[in-house]
Amino acid sequence: MLRRLRGHSGFLLVVLLIAAAALGAKAAEPPSTTTPPSAQICFIPQWTPQAQFAGYYVAFEKGFYAARGLNVKILEGGPTRPSAQWLQKGEARFATMFLSTAVVERAKGIRLVDIGQMVARSSQVLIVKKSRGIKTVPAMNGKKVGLWGGELSIMPMALFQKYGVHVIAVPQTWSVNLFLRGGVDVASAMMYNEYHTILQAGVDPDQLRVFHLSGLGFNVPEDGIYCMESTLEKDPETCRLFVQASVEGWRYAFAHPGEALGIVMKYVNRARIATNRQHQQWMLEHMREVIDLPPPGACPAAIKKSDYMAIGHELMTNGIIHQIPDFSSLFKNCVAVHEK
Amino acid sequence: MRSRGIAFKLVLFTLSGTMAVFVSAFAYVYFSSEASMMSYVEMNGRNATHAAAYQIESVLRGVEKVPVNYAALLTSGYYKTADLTLLPERMVSANPEIFGAGIFFEPGAFGAASTYFGPYCCRGKNGRLVNVMLGSEHYDYFTMDWYQFPLELNRAVWTEPYFDTGGGNELMATFSAPFYKMLNGEKKFQGVVGADVALHGLREIVSSTRLYRSGYAFLISRNGVFVTHPDSSLVMTNSIFSIAEAEHSSLLRRVGQKMIAGGEGFVELPKGVLFRGNCWLNYAPIPSVGWSIGIVTPEDELLGDVLRFSRMVILIGLLGVFVMALIVLLIARRISKPIQDLSASTFEIARGNLDASLPDIHRGDEVGTLARSFEGMRVALKDYIENLTQTTAAKERIESELKIARRIQMSFLPKAFPPLPGNSWVDIAARLEPARQIGGDLYDYFLIDDDQLFFTVGDVSDKGIPAALFMAVTKTLLKGIAEKGMSPSEVLEKCNLELCGGNDSMMFVTLFCGILDLRSGRLRYSNAGHEHPFLVRRGGLPETLAVPDGFLLGVNEDASYQTMEIELQPGDRLIVYTDGVTEAVNRAGEMYSPANLVAEIESCGSLRADEIAERILESVKTFSSGAPQADDITLLAVSFSGPKV
Repeated sequence: MLRRLRGHSGFLLVVLLIAAAALGAKAAEPPSTTTPPSAQICFIPQWTPQAQFAGYYVAFEKGFYAARGLNVKILEGGPTRPSAQWLQKGEARFATMFLSTAVVERAKGIRLVDIGQMVARSSQVLIVKKSRGIKTVPAMNGKKVGLWGGELSIMPMALFQKYGVHVIAVPQTWSVNLFLRGGVDVASAMMYNEYHTILQAGVDPDQLRVFHLSGLGFNVPEDGIYCMESTLEKDPETCRLFVQASVEGWRYAFAHPGEALGIVMKYVNRARIATNRQHQQWMLEHMREVIDLPPPGACPAAIKKSDYMAIGHELMTNGIIHQIPDFSSLFKNCVAVHEK
Repeated sequence: MRSRGIAFKLVLFTLSGTMAVFVSAFAYVYFSSEASMMSYVEMNGRNATHAAAYQIESVLRGVEKVPVNYAALLTSGYYKTADLTLLPERMVSANPEIFGAGIFFEPGAFGAASTYFGPYCCRGKNGRLVNVMLGSEHYDYFTMDWYQFPLELNRAVWTEPYFDTGGGNELMATFSAPFYKMLNGEKKFQGVVGADVALHGLREIVSSTRLYRSGYAFLISRNGVFVTHPDSSLVMTNSIFSIAEAEHSSLLRRVGQKMIAGGEGFVELPKGVLFRGNCWLNYAPIPSVGWSIGIVTPEDELLGDVLRFSRMVILIGLLGVFVMALIVLLIARRISKPIQDLSASTFEIARGNLDASLPDIHRGDEVGTLARSFEGMRVALKDYIENLTQTTAAKERIESELKIARRIQMSFLPKAFPPLPGNSWVDIAARLEPARQIGGDLYDYFLIDDDQLFFTVGDVSDKGIPAALFMAVTKTLLKGIAEKGMSPSEVLEKCNLELCGGNDSMMFVTLFCGILDLRSGRLRYSNAGHEHPFLVRRGGLPETLAVPDGFLLGVNEDASYQTMEIELQPGDRLIVYTDGVTEAVNRAGEMYSPANLVAEIESCGSLRADEIAERILESVKTFSSGAPQADDITLLAVSFSGPKV
């Protein structure tokens, strides 16, 4: 009965108690933006270890951070460790998160800055079983749709709004099991993750119909590297080096996928994540498709302001935020230029 | 091959025949036992999977009853609210197979005040029961599978197995049943009753289900995820489909799809898939949870007994073939040894050594018979050759004697040239060509006195030595008898009398004789059964000389002969011959015939006697060239030139 822990380990009660205690303890401390005395730079990805973060693990394992004089420590992310909060609390100096999350957090007042937008395209999809006869978005009208909580449901909701579709939203969290059992007609999924999980549950691709949000006018950039505004102001060089080393990590991971996969599996196993090498391989291959690596030495490509404003607009329309954060203050994606 | 010995061929053919029989028998036994082994293995595997599935099923079915009953109770509404927190503990304590149980209400269903109401009890360490209230912002049970499944599917269901590291490292699955409240005749979902089952018990059932040494059993969930597997690193991380993906085995993926669809089967999997070598997979469903159990049996072990048996059969077979080869070789040797010896001896004999001894073979079989026949042949051959040698020696002696005889015979005949020295009134020449070394023809001529020329041509019956001797006798007699003043008929009569006396062998001779008076040209002649000579008058054509009748010599003592006479003019010729001339035969079997002789004589014109004789002889030889000479050939030509003055 205990929660089915996908990508996370820990007896729920114990976890809850520990987490509560930790939160309580940390909440008492003032948010810290100072450099820890050890000069250790903590980095937290927005989720538990998987190939979605292969570039960072590879950069660490291959010593790309160390080579730049950065004493990086990669923390284990996860649902109980929202990376924006970890940044705010000073538990981590750098973090990754979806652009939409960052917009929401910035709007809430956490002064995050995007110093390297890594994932340029959206991997979010809606999946239906062909047997359910849903061939278009309008056909989803009145159907049960598994939707993630928070920002991740924004784009699908906006999609439904655009098409004037009313769906029965069913909360979707850890798994796609409800979809597999036929409990919902439509599942939310990431191409690099849940889609392949469904395939690995014995469903063949030709039994599925996939609606790519990116192809339906909701191509939202995803993972970016973030830090607090103060960090960037105080130590832009470290920020630049961190982004540069991370880009190098990704470049190496794509060039040596086998080795990168080995590194990912090391982190996965250490965190006791219930996944397998084939799944991570799929994920890494997919990351290659959505990450546009900049030329060596250059910084990742900038987000278009119009795209940014569109996301902000959707978030505001859905009442998630009340004001769109200033584009230029959130997006500082030219550390390299800044350095010069 | 053709040049190989009998022993080799015998061994080769016998062994190849035996091997062919052995191989076909072995193949039949191997494949039929493999087939029966496979059907046995399939049945065995099916029984084993069914047994394990049944055991698992019975555990799970036992668990299922509890939430279903409590959900029914909650739906009925006959319970005290205060008891709700006690119910989970009651469920767990009364059912040893249940690890934890709880009742979870919809938001506000149990008092509007709180969103969550989830009393839960589970077995803690040392088997103590721990009661807790679940549900909070951080434990939003409404999004859990075990809550959502019954809610969305409207029935009691099993969740996928999940691993819990905090509660005693338990891999578990939850069966949760929805309960309702009747509101205006409609069922309204109120929450779920769930029971957790720890899966380590199932793992024991599965892991004890094993066939053969390195075979193993595994359990997969409805999603194909390994619930139990001997490689614990695969459990809950990998699914049968991830293995299929890793091994690029679309077959395994299809098998996995059949398994999670509740199928049952027996399938061969290539090496590397589920096992390092080829293997066979039995699978059967566990219907309550929709899981599937699989039993992997390595093919080499599965066929181990068959292989061991086959190896033994091959060993025995090879040993048998080897022993058989030895026996066949021995038999072949026994048969072929005397043949070889015989062969060596006969080779020696064939080279001409007839004294070579044949091997002593005292056998009653074909080889013995052959050896005895060879011995008989050898002896006969030796005798024959000895005989032949003697005969040849005798023949050679006779031949040489015949040569001498011929010389002697030829020396009888006058052959001086000119025949009559100092005599220009008559020209006489003769030729004798015996058919064999020595012949029975004769001729002679001599002067009885100064003016009387006696000449004769005869032909003894038969040929060869008797004829030659008879000829010699005749010629000698003639020479002795022919005296001055005797007529040719008197000569013949006297000679006949002499020849008849003691002629036991009844030989005879035909003879023509004439006495030419050189002064007058008068020719007196008599004939004893001989060919009529040809007379050619000067410038005339050849004509047959009329001769008196006369019986041949040597047979009838009372025979009498007449003398006839003609006048020869200068230039007249007389050609006397034996039947060897006219009866000479050519290859085509045609005879020379008197006609040819006449033509030949005609063509001679005014040639000398010597030339005439030579020419006619040549003509006969040319005619019969190549054909063996059947009879002696004799020619005598007399050419009268003019009366002696």
